[in-house]
Amino acid sequence: MSVDQKIQPVEGLSMHSDAELAARAKAMEAILVEKGLIGSDAIDYMSSVYENEVGPQIGASIVAKAWTDPEFKERLLADATKACQELGFGGMQGEEMTVLENTPDVHHLVVCTLCSCYPWPVLGLPPNWYKYPAYRSRAVRDPRGVMEEFGLDLPDSVEVRVWDSSAELRYWVLPMRPAGTDGWTEEQLAELVTRDALIGVGDVTRPGV
Amino acid sequence: MDGIHDLGGKHGHGPVVHPPSEPVFGSDWERSVLTMFPAMAMAGAFNLDAFRSGMEQIPAAEYLTSRYYEHWMHSMVLHGTAAGIFDREDLAARTRHYLEHPEEEAPKASKPEQVEALAGLIAHGDDYRREVDAAPRYAVGDTVRVLADASTTHTRRAGYVRGHVGVVTHAHGAYVYPDTHATGEGENPEHLYTVRFTAEELWGAEAGSANTVVHIDLWEPYLTTA
Repeated sequence: MSVDQKIQPVEGLSMHSDAELAARAKAMEAILVEKGLIGSDAIDYMSSVYENEVGPQIGASIVAKAWTDPEFKERLLADATKACQELGFGGMQGEEMTVLENTPDVHHLVVCTLCSCYPWPVLGLPPNWYKYPAYRSRAVRDPRGVMEEFGLDLPDSVEVRVWDSSAELRYWVLPMRPAGTDGWTEEQLAELVTRDALIGVGDVTRPGV
Repeated sequence: MDGIHDLGGKHGHGPVVHPPSEPVFGSDWERSVLTMFPAMAMAGAFNLDAFRSGMEQIPAAEYLTSRYYEHWMHSMVLHGTAAGIFDREDLAARTRHYLEHPEEEAPKASKPEQVEALAGLIAHGDDYRREVDAAPRYAVGDTVRVLADASTTHTRRAGYVRGHVGVVTHAHGAYVYPDTHATGEGENPEHLYTVRFTAEELWGAEAGSANTVVHIDLWEPYLTTA
């Protein structure tokens, strides 16, 4: 994939080319390596964790467990940090987590207007759109309009609750289990749960519905 | 700081462009920059709040037109220079060198103890909660108003809630206070609350704002009794 296909509008406006940014990062890395402040193995390790291990599939598996285990769901909503710890998930940028339950009457949406706070241990690193100005500016003012752009059209009868992550508390969404999935295994259910649903810009639907 | 980063409610940033999937790292160099964050924090160059404050000092036009990890590099250079890790002339010269020799890689070094430290950090994170003697001034259900004052340094008192009245929905206990932690004036832990505002309170009777509320986490010094 070329760089041009990956970039978003904000990146197309950048004053610096990808080559310039790569050169700056290399220069910084070289100085940090020479000063003994960073290891090449540390770079490989950390990037690999977020590329291969920690991502939205973790949040999806927790949601699937909550859908199939009412007692776990109760613990998750009461203290998400502790409930996630039971399953071995938690840590950096998710030291304290709160899970918000969607119902037929209430829909939650998560944003960080001031920077890009995001529950890393269960969703991984945030997608670019979550970090760029359009989402951060509009999610608190026009959440219904933003969700429509993601294909989620909520009637006015559903209350929208936006959560702006301004402290070291991290929020994410427990979507509603779609109808017609009785008897599905946790693994089957987890595959339905998207990153967008865990942020609240999307919903979970059964394939073909 | 009343900077461009304080984006909540602003117009003019267009639709949310959301490709169905994208790589975790858009370019290889982003991998290095991600890891420089904990590496430089462990070296004492910044804490999380100072790091955010550094990004808020990016010139406004550049902030809106630069990539996410460019923001990170900006703050790292700012704090790294102040900490004596980077020298701007040296950094510029090396950057020119790598631009002219893009095939050349940065030098390699192994730091297994850093890999171990990172594994611990990723698994356990940091702890921003603090015990304080002071009792919380507000309780769940209280009506509060956010201070409308302007701000000259780092704060999490977002512009769009300033002067507005909301209801406390959660009282979390005391946490490191970002406003002083970012400027090197210490942790000064303060009670933290989640406050709920109706969309009508924040924006008026705007189209689409019916049946909508916004929650934001606010420290006690940001609030007054409404």
